[in-house]
Amino acid sequence: MKERRIPAIKDGTVIDHIPSRETFRIIRILNPQEFKYPINVALNLDSKKMGNKGMIKIDKRFLTKDEVNKIAILAPNATVSIIKNYKVIEKIQVKLPEELVGVLNCTNPVCISSKEVVTSKFKVLREEPLEVKCHYCERVYEKDEVEIKRK
Amino acid sequence: MNFKGRDIISVRDFSKSDLLYILKIAKEMEKEKPKLLDGKILATLFFEPSTRTRLSFESAMFRLGGKVLGFSDEKVSSVKKGETVWDTIKMAERYSDVIVIRSPVEGSARFAAEAASIPVINGGDGANQHPTQMLLDLYTIQKTKKKIEGLKIGFLGDLKYGRTVHSLAIALSFWKVEMYFIAPDELQMPEHYIKELGEKGIKCHKTSDVFEVSQKLDILYVTRIQQERFPDPLEYEKYKNAYRLDITLLDHIKKDLKIMHPLPRVGEISPDLDDTEHAIYFEQAANGVAVRKALLALVLGKEK
Repeated sequence: MKERRIPAIKDGTVIDHIPSRETFRIIRILNPQEFKYPINVALNLDSKKMGNKGMIKIDKRFLTKDEVNKIAILAPNATVSIIKNYKVIEKIQVKLPEELVGVLNCTNPVCISSKEVVTSKFKVLREEPLEVKCHYCERVYEKDEVEIKRK
Repeated sequence: MNFKGRDIISVRDFSKSDLLYILKIAKEMEKEKPKLLDGKILATLFFEPSTRTRLSFESAMFRLGGKVLGFSDEKVSSVKKGETVWDTIKMAERYSDVIVIRSPVEGSARFAAEAASIPVINGGDGANQHPTQMLLDLYTIQKTKKKIEGLKIGFLGDLKYGRTVHSLAIALSFWKVEMYFIAPDELQMPEHYIKELGEKGIKCHKTSDVFEVSQKLDILYVTRIQQERFPDPLEYEKYKNAYRLDITLLDHIKKDLKIMHPLPRVGEISPDLDDTEHAIYFEQAANGVAVRKALLALVLGKEK
């Protein structure tokens, strides 16, 4: 029998197939301090597809569409499973939308979006490796440069 | 083609047929049309100083019979009191039919266009875009050479920070042209532009020696080394005199080379070249009026 590194959850969300190095960044953008129930995190798990991977299991919490989109920025091949009564009732392959609205901050200090009340908007130019362009100042950002909004 | 109500914000918003149509209308605007925009008002919202862009927009509007209101320094506007760009636009759109905005804040024109229900034209947003300059550059090339296809175009100066060079190169990539980027390594054309141009089938060459390529060129587009874009003043001192073209250039060029410059110049081109048939930079600045007349007429749906 396959050894289970993280205990199974009864109800909640499992995020699997995360590149190990992005696992903590994903945890951070989900605002874990606001979760009331346990979150289990594992890194460097063996994966046939990825070599090694990270996994996050969140008890009694179901992710919103926005949260799933945020995961897609850092882990475009991740799978999100919704668990109810120990059973997977829905498996979502994360998908980057063509446009990310209100998800990223533009870090250009002279961009209008950092000066006025503006909902940030980024166009996804390339998924892997990630490249996005600010709708306003047109600056292009790569994966390691993007700043994901916490809220 | 219908431009009525459209905003003019970025080179990225245009197709080749858009560009060709604007060039066609600009040519028609060389004629006097003193009643075309009778009764229309242009608001010029200039949050930073500018000479050519503002004066040529105002001239264009007056020559088409329209009127102009606005400010040319944010110190005299309520922005100084803390008013946002959003609120300024919401006010200006009720006083006018079309808005031109210039600001050092990047993306402010796109943002203004979202705030306004009337057309917004970008008169330059920081280091980002200056589409009317790009269009008048394109118009000047076509007017002087009677074509764009097949030309060999050199860009000289600050190619790293120069927005006019970036926008013009992208616009020119709709045609089969060859580009020569002439700059010290540190101020060379950013690699992602070279890559993008290459993907569009444009042959690009890089050099730091203008004389190495000058004999091949049909157009030499010279830009100023812009002090305000350098994070380190010492870096600016190092490059400010990197190129100074003077009459000796004439021994190293084709007979019909034309020299362009978006102006202002600060010594890159010696005045002794001004009176030669190669210098077309003042004509280029003058073309700004025809191109801006065309844009104003187009976005107001009055070009015909």
